[in-house]
Amino acid sequence: MAQQAVHNSFWKTNQKALAPWLFLAPGMIMFLVYVIFPIIESIYISFFNWDGLAPAHISQLTSKEYVGLGNYRDLLDDDSFYTSLWNNLKWLVLYMLAVPIGLFVALFLNQKVPGIRLYKSLFFFPFVISQVVVGLLFSWFYAPGFGPLYAIIKSITGSETAILASDTMATYGIILAGLWPQTAYCMILYLTGLNNINPEQVEAARMDGARGLTLLWNIILPQLRPATFIAIVVTVIGSLRSFDLVSIMTGGGPYGSTRVLSYFMFEQALSEYGTAMGYGAAIAFVLFAIMMIFISFFIYRMLQQERNS
Amino acid sequence: MFPKPIEKSAPWVQTAYKLTLPIALILWLLPLIGIAMTSVRPAADLAAGNYFGMPSGFAGVENYSAVFKNSNIGYYILNSFKVTLPTVFFAVGLSCLSGFALAIYKFKSNLIVFFMFVAGNFVPFQILAIPVRDLSVQLGLYNTTMGLVMFHVAFQTGFCTLFMRNFIKSLPFALVESARVEGVSEFKIFWHIVLPLMRPAIAALSVLVFTFIWNDYFWATVMAQDASVKPVTAGMNELKGQYKVAWELISAASIIAALPPVAMFFLMQKHFIAGLTLGATKG
Repeated sequence: MAQQAVHNSFWKTNQKALAPWLFLAPGMIMFLVYVIFPIIESIYISFFNWDGLAPAHISQLTSKEYVGLGNYRDLLDDDSFYTSLWNNLKWLVLYMLAVPIGLFVALFLNQKVPGIRLYKSLFFFPFVISQVVVGLLFSWFYAPGFGPLYAIIKSITGSETAILASDTMATYGIILAGLWPQTAYCMILYLTGLNNINPEQVEAARMDGARGLTLLWNIILPQLRPATFIAIVVTVIGSLRSFDLVSIMTGGGPYGSTRVLSYFMFEQALSEYGTAMGYGAAIAFVLFAIMMIFISFFIYRMLQQERNS
Repeated sequence: MFPKPIEKSAPWVQTAYKLTLPIALILWLLPLIGIAMTSVRPAADLAAGNYFGMPSGFAGVENYSAVFKNSNIGYYILNSFKVTLPTVFFAVGLSCLSGFALAIYKFKSNLIVFFMFVAGNFVPFQILAIPVRDLSVQLGLYNTTMGLVMFHVAFQTGFCTLFMRNFIKSLPFALVESARVEGVSEFKIFWHIVLPLMRPAIAALSVLVFTFIWNDYFWATVMAQDASVKPVTAGMNELKGQYKVAWELISAASIIAALPPVAMFFLMQKHFIAGLTLGATKG
């Protein structure tokens, strides 16, 4: 009884200090075990030469040999690494087109005619379906002989290009497929932003004679800044994460020309024939480091907003 | 409202706009329309080179039943549900708790913990893959539904916590304070006062997480080997190899695989969009 009372009063006095940690514990433990520690472990593995056996025998991994920065030095001599890096850059730059195109589509749809809500949801459709399906759709579109995009290109340029089989064109073909759902995502962000625009400011600017692009640039875009910020964040992250489409549409080919870092890492360490764990971890770290540049910037901005609010 | 409402334009502009809308939509959805048409096309059409013209007959029943009969797609779909539903339940549940903690209590490391969740949620999957697969092997969870669920729950908790925390912050804090004055325990405040107000956030997150997990391909490939575990995304890749150029079957399979998240989206559209666009209006 006495002990119970002590316990109770301890709980009573410290409840407010302990409660947040009790609420946090389950989620935080899961997150630490499956996200935070693996990041550290991956960085550690990248300093080793560690060839696992085939994944089927994953429990009998061979022993590790410490090689310091050896894996990173090997990367610098690996042409596939530069190809992947260069393709990641193409993805990053071209994927950004989703933001202005998304804005354009949102402006086009921001009207009040009958049935417009259905139109908006149907335009958003591509984002809901899996990238695996998107990849299959576009492979079919590009298919030599009968694909409609193949036919369009043929009628414009006169040449017969099998886009996904061309080592100079394939990456652009995949990025175009990726832009389809990503534009839909940016569009929905902007539609929500446009919905919340202050109508008085717009009317006042119209009274002053502002219209068209001037109005858009000076009054509308500043109010859409939160939407633009999120659109850029999700597009940057999405472009660097690109994996599904590459895997489905070309499997990194032809001749490894469509590899990106995420897929290159998969080939080296996770695929059926990939057993180079240390090397794979080093590739993953490079991708991680690139993303951290952006993540730090986003977090810095969010932190500023936290402080202001 | 911007752009200028179309009702205020000349009648011909209005007509032009109403005509442009369906044309733009058809162009935008052309890949989907194409695949839907192909999925009901008789195989003979494709052999004869009729890829885009009118189908010579309706072979939808044949194609779809062929996919179910001679492939594992039925299992794959079932596996996807077995991974997706528990993940939604636990990821949303855990983040209700952690979001509450981060939104209601002021403690020193609050922002650090919060930004750990936020940053972790953005990292590339590849930096996690080797250790996560290793850990799953050690726990005996490699190549099991449970292994996939555990990882997805942990990872989605990052995004969900960000979402829940911001949502709870927008609720009136006075409710919590007055309950405290009356001596209500912290857990009861969570359970009886805050949780009922979180319903819209729970709905929005559930649809979103459902779609994310259903569409996940990377982890499905890395963590599952057998047809008895593989979700439909990884299974599709297998079917692609199996059917090679039988596009009418690949198309039918694609439609089947895409259907559940599409249905989810249409049923819960309002919540889905509220979830995706959180933060697009303020901040």
